[in-house]
Amino acid sequence: MFWRIEVENKSGVFDAQGDAAKKSIKDLRVEGIKNVRVREVYILYGSLKETEVKEIVDNVLVDKVIQQYQIFNEENITSGVIPQAIKAVEVAYNPGVMDPWEASIIKAVKDLGIEKLDDVKTAKLYLIETNLDLKIIKSLTRKVLYNKLIQHIRCNREIYSKEPYLKKDLPKYKFKLIEVDLLEVDDEKLTQISKEGQLYLSLEEMQAIQRYFRNLGRKPTDCELEIIAQTWSEHCFHKAFKGLIEYEGKEIDGLLKSTIMRATELLNKDWCVSVFEDNAGIIDFDEENAVCFKVETHNHPSALEPYGGASTGVGGVIRDILGTGLGARPIANTDVFCFGPPDYPHEEVPKGSMHPKRIIKGVVSGVRDYGNRMGIPTVNGAVLFDKSYIGNPLVYCGNVGIMPKDKCFKKVDNGDLIVVVGGKTGRDGIHGATFSSGELTHESEDVSSSAVQIGNPITEKKMADVIIKARDKNLYKSVNDCGAGGFSSAATEMGEKLGLRVELDKVPLKYKGLSYDEIWISESQERMVLAVEKSKIDTLLELFASEDVEATVIGEFTDTKKVEIYYEGRQVCDLDLQFLYKGMPRFKQKAVWRKPDTSEPILKEKDDYTNTLHQLLGTYDISSKEWIIRQYDHEVQAQTVLKPLGGKNKDTPNDAACIKPLYNSKKGLLLSCGINPYYGLLDPYWMAINVIDEALRQIVASGGNLERVALLDNFCWGAPTDEEQMGGLTRASIGCFDASMGYQTPFISGKDSLNNEYNDHGKTRAIPGTLLISAMAVIDDVTKTISSDFKKAGNLIYVVGETKDELGASAYYRLKGLMGANLPVGKIESNKLLMDTLSKATSKGLAESIHDCSEGGLVIAIAEMAFGGGLGADIDLKKVPNKIDDLKDYKLLFSESMSRFVVEVAVDKKEAFEKTLEGVCFAKVGITKNAKELMISGIGGKGVIKEDIAKLKESWQKPLRW
Amino acid sequence: MVKVIVLRAAGTNCDRETADAFIRQGAEAELVHINQLKNKKKKLSSYHILAIPGGFTYGDDIASGRILANELKFNLKDYILKFINEGKLMIGICNGFQVLVKSGLLPDKDTFTQTTTLNLNDSCKFEDRWIYLKANPDSSCVWTKNIKDIMELPIAHAEGKFIADKEIIKSLKDNNQIVFKYVDAQGEAGSYPDNPNGSMDDIAGICDETGRIFGLMPHPERFLTLNHNPRAQRLKDTKPLDGNIIFKNAINYVKDNLL
Repeated sequence: MFWRIEVENKSGVFDAQGDAAKKSIKDLRVEGIKNVRVREVYILYGSLKETEVKEIVDNVLVDKVIQQYQIFNEENITSGVIPQAIKAVEVAYNPGVMDPWEASIIKAVKDLGIEKLDDVKTAKLYLIETNLDLKIIKSLTRKVLYNKLIQHIRCNREIYSKEPYLKKDLPKYKFKLIEVDLLEVDDEKLTQISKEGQLYLSLEEMQAIQRYFRNLGRKPTDCELEIIAQTWSEHCFHKAFKGLIEYEGKEIDGLLKSTIMRATELLNKDWCVSVFEDNAGIIDFDEENAVCFKVETHNHPSALEPYGGASTGVGGVIRDILGTGLGARPIANTDVFCFGPPDYPHEEVPKGSMHPKRIIKGVVSGVRDYGNRMGIPTVNGAVLFDKSYIGNPLVYCGNVGIMPKDKCFKKVDNGDLIVVVGGKTGRDGIHGATFSSGELTHESEDVSSSAVQIGNPITEKKMADVIIKARDKNLYKSVNDCGAGGFSSAATEMGEKLGLRVELDKVPLKYKGLSYDEIWISESQERMVLAVEKSKIDTLLELFASEDVEATVIGEFTDTKKVEIYYEGRQVCDLDLQFLYKGMPRFKQKAVWRKPDTSEPILKEKDDYTNTLHQLLGTYDISSKEWIIRQYDHEVQAQTVLKPLGGKNKDTPNDAACIKPLYNSKKGLLLSCGINPYYGLLDPYWMAINVIDEALRQIVASGGNLERVALLDNFCWGAPTDEEQMGGLTRASIGCFDASMGYQTPFISGKDSLNNEYNDHGKTRAIPGTLLISAMAVIDDVTKTISSDFKKAGNLIYVVGETKDELGASAYYRLKGLMGANLPVGKIESNKLLMDTLSKATSKGLAESIHDCSEGGLVIAIAEMAFGGGLGADIDLKKVPNKIDDLKDYKLLFSESMSRFVVEVAVDKKEAFEKTLEGVCFAKVGITKNAKELMISGIGGKGVIKEDIAKLKESWQKPLRW
Repeated sequence: MVKVIVLRAAGTNCDRETADAFIRQGAEAELVHINQLKNKKKKLSSYHILAIPGGFTYGDDIASGRILANELKFNLKDYILKFINEGKLMIGICNGFQVLVKSGLLPDKDTFTQTTTLNLNDSCKFEDRWIYLKANPDSSCVWTKNIKDIMELPIAHAEGKFIADKEIIKSLKDNNQIVFKYVDAQGEAGSYPDNPNGSMDDIAGICDETGRIFGLMPHPERFLTLNHNPRAQRLKDTKPLDGNIIFKNAINYVKDNLL
């Protein structure tokens, strides 16, 4: 028996959802859509009486103040009417895809004392008023209203069919041990097995597996092969960064170890607590607390299903923090995205890829809905737009946590119980780890659809709340998150040095019908694994039950040095950990970098750059990201004290964000990031140094210093099997080493996501090698942070740092379709001296506002400060300290040289400021003023920019005001 | 000692800062999970003030606050009525306001029937922004006593558009139950984004007839020190009206009337 309930707003009540749907369709430049209305649809299964259904409708499903409804049942369903001139499209999740509403409705109905509701299905019914053909409407809705990987539609009369939607249960699973016959097969067949099983293992790796099982004299089970594939995947093992690299005639034995980790080792900072070991790097915060930081990527899932991919990316990195040490409490999110341009022509988007605007909207909503529901402020990020990310967007999600100092380390012993907590296991997200280690093709959406999933943040929030409680009661000894690879990676990693035995039939499932293999590798979200002493298990299970969070013992850690897995008493896996973690063939690769053949253009000087300034402010990269930032709760927890949006009208950006994690202390954390893939096209080595400089100067500009700054690296690159990709990666890593040593800021954690390639009209294309640097600085007093908006008319404007002829890959050149050659370079030691000196001035309170010069150069920084503060400024370019032989106005305005700042200083602090800055390059270049115009005079003494700041702000706000 | 219960449920996420807001004013604040009230491990009667903080209880699935509202209505109704009838105080902030409205505790506590609602913002999305509020000087709300100046607070919600029938709005007006209205920086009625969600009559917060039950969409617990303000660096050496006064009023009321 099923019931169908349709709920919609009463006439006269604004239908915001319908309005948004109409706008999305309009974005496709389609005429002929008069109106869209949305109805929520609920299908209730079970032997419910009509009175019970009424009760559910009245109390749970309908807001009677503003909504009306219709009820159908199996008998009268075909009487449903599609109104005149309406095309009806109903969107529902595919069977097996997580729908968070279902569990909530079941709970709410139980609260009413109604027990007979077996299952619920939800859908959205779009009533589209149009004369367009249904065929066209179907194609439009596919473009903007649903994603066939996770959803399907019914149209018009199909909606009122007697066939209800499928319930969740899959056909009953009957145990059958599956073995894979690879002992005697040839190389061709090995490759085929890898491909067909979506293992993404190389021939060499398959051969190693073949040898191992030949020695054992038995065939592997499907489950054993999956564990190996997942453990050896690039995503989990980072083969390229651990392999043997031949570069410029030298052998690099482990790129990560010899560059990024080596710098940390050499710097040997006593405030580093745990680096490159756990799920996140940990540093000291104060006497009692430590903080940790991790950034992850979720690129491939976000390409296929932007909303689900981005939200599960956020969920995953939060679990990394909950799984660091004995668990840290998450206090901040960061997010950085690289997308295709939102105005890219629809017809040029490669087959199998979504239009950038849809990806952007989906990703932002995903981050918003997960982060906001978790109650974690999203405080820092960056967004770049370039056509090279059309088929492969980048979605970086970061999380920061705080924990007591005595909870920074974990331990597992023989006999400890393996407990899974949080969400149940379903068929969602199978093969995510191996899938993300391959190239995206237009078949990806068919082959890998199970690798795409939707998260349920409330399940994670409940789990997080109890984990922190259990931690404080010392109820477990170790914790790990189920990310890529599911139990296969989470539990196995924890038992890596011991051994483990798991009984898969004990795992709580979302629905029946999963095979043992699927249970083991499922990447269902919101699950974590704990190691619990037997004597504490009852207390632990009781605590989880008290807040309605699942917790189940599924096995035990052993001392067998093996992964032993059972299902209904039968062994399905018996694998040596030694082979699993040490048996893979070493990755070997030649790395080659060729300097691109580019040169500096010769540009004619113009009389006026006002128009250019408008154009630059209006580029997607530089323009205001307010549309995104506002959708994130950046203030929940009431700890954000330097906000992502500030200034006179609370709508202009600051450089770093500041979190004050403790209510009773002034100590804080500054968070910032640096990213610039365009520089990498000229030289990945200098890109690395530039983006580290960018992240650090944001910290200094916000009133921080370099004394306790920890860095994270996130490399997104193409296939490491390509020698040029590997060459870029190698050069960038060496750049990281040099910068880390030079600025004396250690890396504490990082992650690489390789194989970011996609199929563009038959050609494999890699994204530009993209390095994100995230920085976290501990500061003593958050009341000394500095915002970037001009504060008062009559204050002095200084430029600190030297401007050079460095416009290679700059925003200005790119605006003109040029690349150039002169990338910003410089001496890291002098950059550091400059930053240290400026920090001295800020610690004395000598700066009213500071902004760093990044994309677009000096003039963009000044413009943002001016309209941020609602004040004008007079600037004299002649006074800008520079080292440019062929001096031109445009070079001073738009060069992107490193380590430069614009600083506003009050007149009465002039002397003290100048004295403090003695020894570094700086000059007074202008003055703030009440007149709302930006006046810049050029080297010839004539005005080169003269504009109303409101007009500049409008150019900057317009592009992403969606 | 004034004792405050900060109610938690799955998805509550402003509990710690709400407790902090009361603690700063000298109260004792305890985070209590709704299950602890349902299984009687904790008693509502031990507290003077019930605070339902912000968050996304049960994901705000179906409609914001509704599932927790039902839990209050169907599992704890008698305890809550007793609590109110003893002259005690309640506040619902953001999701808590949604819960009070959907359970019917606001605007008319006695009926437990929903007569007003907080619906999806006209912008159809979650927004975090600082807005200006004007308090109704004639309101009997004990939480907003002596608030004369414009108060600047952040809102952070997707479903904050206050809607009710004309008669209900009229009776709210007549009884001075409209406590806070969204205004522009000068204190005058404005359009979006001054009214950030499209609320009827710019309503940001209402109270019951006694003035003891108060619900509002903006977050007073997010503006307790100058540094919470996004213009903090511009407001140095000034003392803008912040959210502390709301919590202080409640605690003073308890001290004067209940201790």
